[in-house]
Amino acid sequence: MEKVNIVIVGGGPAGLAAAAAAYDAGERSILILERDSMLGGILNQCIHNGFGLHTFKEELTGPEYAKRFEDQVEARGIACKLNTMVMDISPEKVVTAMNRTDGMFTIEAGAVVLAMGCRERSRGALNIPGYRPAGIYSAGTAQRLVNIEGFMPGREVVILGSGDIGLIMARRMTLEGAKVKVVAELMPYSGGLKRNIVQCLDDFGIPLKLSHTVVDIQGKDRVTGVTIAEVDSRNKPIPGTEEFYSCDTLLLSCGLLPENELSRQAGVALSPVTNGPVVNESLETSIPGVFAAGNVLHVHDLVDYVSEEAAAAGRNAAAYVRGDLVEDRSHEIPLEFAGGPRYTVPATLDPAKMGDAVTIRFRVGAVMKNRFVDLYLDDERVLHRRRQVMAPGEMEELVLKKSMFEKHGETSRITIRVEEA
Amino acid sequence: MEERNLICINCPMGCPLTVTLGDDGSVISVTGNTCPRGDAYGRKEVTNPTRIVTSSVPVSGAKSGMAMVSVKTASDIPKGKIFDVVSDIKKITVTAPVHIGDIVKANVAGTGIDMIATRDVE
Ligand SMILES: Cc1cc2nc3c(=O)[nH]c(=O)nc-3n(C[C@H](O)[C@H](O)[C@H](O)COP(=O)(O)OP(=O)(O)OC[C@H]3O[C@@H](n4cnc5c(N)ncnc54)[C@H](O)[C@@H]3O)c2cc1C
Ligand code: SF4
Repeated sequence: MEKVNIVIVGGGPAGLAAAAAAYDAGERSILILERDSMLGGILNQCIHNGFGLHTFKEELTGPEYAKRFEDQVEARGIACKLNTMVMDISPEKVVTAMNRTDGMFTIEAGAVVLAMGCRERSRGALNIPGYRPAGIYSAGTAQRLVNIEGFMPGREVVILGSGDIGLIMARRMTLEGAKVKVVAELMPYSGGLKRNIVQCLDDFGIPLKLSHTVVDIQGKDRVTGVTIAEVDSRNKPIPGTEEFYSCDTLLLSCGLLPENELSRQAGVALSPVTNGPVVNESLETSIPGVFAAGNVLHVHDLVDYVSEEAAAAGRNAAAYVRGDLVEDRSHEIPLEFAGGPRYTVPATLDPAKMGDAVTIRFRVGAVMKNRFVDLYLDDERVLHRRRQVMAPGEMEELVLKKSMFEKHGETSRITIRVEEA
Repeated sequence: MEERNLICINCPMGCPLTVTLGDDGSVISVTGNTCPRGDAYGRKEVTNPTRIVTSSVPVSGAKSGMAMVSVKTASDIPKGKIFDVVSDIKKITVTAPVHIGDIVKANVAGTGIDMIATRDVE
């Protein structure tokens, strides 16, 4: 069986950044496996601008951002296999993959970085009654059709869900000559970035109806219209608020789910909140030597943080292969949280293994104004940060430094608390 | 006097801004912002709003079989010109190879700005 020190599953921004960072940490035996015919992942279809503000201080489009990382991988001579689907990862880190030229093959990996990204929540989970006519697409599918295949799915559009992909597609389809009639959002707030609400909806006078959902889809062969209604605080449609919109297309933008079939099969412990692997400070999953980063770990809104996180995973994978990552995991302290966060990545931290600093990322469950985000080591408050506003659509981060632990001494509890200011 | 209500997009705060305009269209005041970036954004959005426009155009002769190449305006164009820009590139087809930064349409819709490719297609 072929042996490779680090196998990276997925060649999106996470996989590319992990590969380059592992190389820069001294590792030379690296292989990226990507099922698509090109590297870059979801960025290939995200042709809008707004990527890379943090990393490159300029606003790149998705393909341009991806190219910068593809170039890094190419310049380092890192091996990639395209059109190659990873089928299985065993707990012993034997990776089984398949492509047209090699057929089915297996690789014994020293370490694995999971970078499979995410997929869209399917309509089945949405529970909309009525027929299943043609003309219903997930927003991401519509994005691929329009941007990569050059095919317009429809002319009169209603969008359910105000996640970023839905907002971006509202603008894109409007520019392509479609009439986007309304964006309905179940929640009382949008899951998308402010900037996208302004530049994708307000710019074109597209109404956003919060606390609204689709209650009926008309049309037998093709969608002819949808009925939307307001919902109460328990998300139940309020009778009498129904409004009919004629349309030939319904786009669903109802959120993303980390793509973890492979991780599950491998026996990696998954978080019921993020649907991604539970990881420690090294971004290592419950299986030693298997790391995760990017959207497969938790859904990101900014690709810059995907690249940052994945670079850390790549460096840690290289350290693992060298034998520099202590295998003893009995000193991991679970990160506790209260007052707002729904989860943290990482979920546990071992101060002895953390390096100089660890970035802790989390999301809150509801819009909150005027808060403090506090970090406690036991009962000592070591970080106290004011946040004017926090929203489920925007990922939060805190940087926990090694020096804080050194000053505090022996630590048995780490807690993030969101408190009213 | 005229008042315009906007949301600042420069950070997650999303401050609701009120921009007050004089009769000559000049900005008298910006209120509702929490920091100076909101003031600058409010002034620009009301007097000279600009946007980057992105799209994709068909490409022929690509080795990879790619059907489309993504494009953008090389810098911001006036917001009011968005649809002119889009219709000006409607009929374009480019021939591979195309590289990032290649001009796909010079001086698009008379804005003085070029439309450039944002991906390589060999
Ligand atoms: C529509 C949309 C708009 C966005 N807009 C912005 C924005 O404006 N600004 C911004 O900063 N960020 C934006 N983002 C976020 C950012 O693009 C993503 O967070 C980022 O692309 C995630 O990178 P990734 O590598 O984790 O996942 P992906 O890009 O999804 O890459 C995963 C890769 O893994 C491959 N793969 C999966 N399973 C297998 C397998 N079994 N075998 C082999 N390969 C596999 C896939 O083919 C894919 O190439 C947007 C995201 C979306 C979806
Ligand atoms: S005014 Fe300042 S604080 Fe308010 S949204 Fe704009 S940038 Fe953020």
